[in-house]
Amino acid sequence: MTRFLKILEYALSSLARRKFKNFSIIAIYSFTIASLASILLLTHSLKEIAVNVLADGPDIVVQRLTGGRHDMIPASNAQAIEKLIGVGRVTPRIWGYYYDGLYQTNYTILGVHEKLPPLEMVKGRMVARDGECTVGQGVATTQNAEIGNELLLINSKGIGHTCEITGMFKAQSNLWTNDLILFSQDDLQRFFATPDGLATDIIVEVYNPKEIPVVAQKIKQLFPDTRPVTLNEILHTYQSVFNWRSGMMLTIFASSLIAFSILAWDKATGISGEEKQEIGILKAIGWDTSDILALKFSEGSVISVTSFLLGISLAYIHVFLLGAPLLVPVLKGWSVLFPRLQLVPYVDMYQIFTLGFLTIIPYMASTVLPSWKSAITDPESIMRGG
Amino acid sequence: MPLIIKTQEINKYYNRYKADEVRALEDVTLTISQGEALVLNGASGSGKTTLLSLIGCMARPTSGSIFIQDKEVSRLPERFLTNIRRQTFGFIFQQLNLIRDISALENILLPLYPSGTSIKEMNWRAKEILTRLNILKKAHMKVSALSGGEQQRVAIARALINQPQIIIADEPTAHLDSFLAAELLQILTELNREGKTVVIATHDPFVSRHKLIDRVIRMRDGQIIGGLEP
Repeated sequence: MTRFLKILEYALSSLARRKFKNFSIIAIYSFTIASLASILLLTHSLKEIAVNVLADGPDIVVQRLTGGRHDMIPASNAQAIEKLIGVGRVTPRIWGYYYDGLYQTNYTILGVHEKLPPLEMVKGRMVARDGECTVGQGVATTQNAEIGNELLLINSKGIGHTCEITGMFKAQSNLWTNDLILFSQDDLQRFFATPDGLATDIIVEVYNPKEIPVVAQKIKQLFPDTRPVTLNEILHTYQSVFNWRSGMMLTIFASSLIAFSILAWDKATGISGEEKQEIGILKAIGWDTSDILALKFSEGSVISVTSFLLGISLAYIHVFLLGAPLLVPVLKGWSVLFPRLQLVPYVDMYQIFTLGFLTIIPYMASTVLPSWKSAITDPESIMRGG
Repeated sequence: MPLIIKTQEINKYYNRYKADEVRALEDVTLTISQGEALVLNGASGSGKTTLLSLIGCMARPTSGSIFIQDKEVSRLPERFLTNIRRQTFGFIFQQLNLIRDISALENILLPLYPSGTSIKEMNWRAKEILTRLNILKKAHMKVSALSGGEQQRVAIARALINQPQIIIADEPTAHLDSFLAAELLQILTELNREGKTVVIATHDPFVSRHKLIDRVIRMRDGQIIGGLEP
């Protein structure tokens, strides 16, 4: 134990003697880890949020395609779908996107319906009648609006439509409600000028989750012009989108990893004359090759573990405390509403372990190997002033 | 007195079988008794430092045998040589080879770090040696801040911290003025009186003629050319 402690003590003193070099390595190393970990933490968190949001979502969304494009669907289709075995409640929905040219943002406008997932309110209440609306926190922030204020939107006929804000959804951790404006069903029908008997899509509840693909297939057979999208398909799409986005970011940040690898390689191949001499001295005065390796291993461990923990901590702060300001525009999505996103800290330990494995091990190897090469040579050179 | 070091027809080649092959030692046979103070004398390139390295278990001979306290060491694996080096020898190098940016005390204790010696024992030994060499007050100063003579004492203290039986010194007076050289030899004389064997490689006549020295071995071109008999 004394041996280990004294070697560790000497390793720390040795690192302190080369302050500038070692701080530079720690800074670059931590930045690389922080960049990569930020992407991984954010992507994982977004995927988890998507999964949680969609967990309350409809089992099947039935859309109608005309000439390959999304079209309004007859609400009466709902009655036929409801008669299928295993199907629970079937609800036609009206919703759409709204571009606010003044603030250059997109909102999602949805009509209140029975199958609305549970929405957490920050304050106020849900829409109860025509002329009212409930908005996401992102919308309220963009519009600088409070409960009781009137929200003015331009409807599909180009006429102004006002509604009184009755409540505000919690934007924290919820991408879905952030840009959401909720109208009464009738208000929304008028706003979009949707003809009677038509809906944007139909949502279907299936009693047994295992039967969802079968029910989807039956709906497709019943209405060949529709596209039933299952919850699993939506989940996969979200995951693919986030994976694709994070993949893009990781590719970009791979350059910093390469730069770090070059630095590590440079360190590996470029053990300085001073360090070589020190190894020679230590060997000459009775240090074994294993003692030198323990010393260099300790030095490498201190640098790599410190940098790794620092990098992970920085990434955690960046993503979960600051809302990932550097990555959100790329990873979060198409919406241009960017409130201060308070992500819930979902951490995939497997990813963290992999990142640690892929950065700590190569660094340790690049530190220990050249020292080992130097340590296995006879200390005789030190007698000759070498 | 019993033999402490014995070499039998040792040869040492560098860059063997290459165009620049050098035969640094040629059939060197030598015995050194316990408690003896001996000088290896010769010009540069005569093989003194090579012989000192082989005796001090820092390198292995190309052929021939070396015995330290009747134990053949010339074919031992590296870790055994390290153990012998750590337990038996104290080295004083020509260039001192101190680590300049750490304190004198740390330099002195370095040989003990891997040995597992308790911290209490380390401190006790260090204090004793520092006091003896009159550098206790400088213990916590960086080596780079010490004078040449003080650095020399730190190097001697480091050589003694393991309580070695044999002290090996390579050109120890090469960078010292006559006063410091005399002081160094006085310290070595005291250590020799305590029973430590002292082997010095030098071409400094001041060392060779010092009262400490029992025998002078003369070397030329890797061979011993005189002084074999005590």
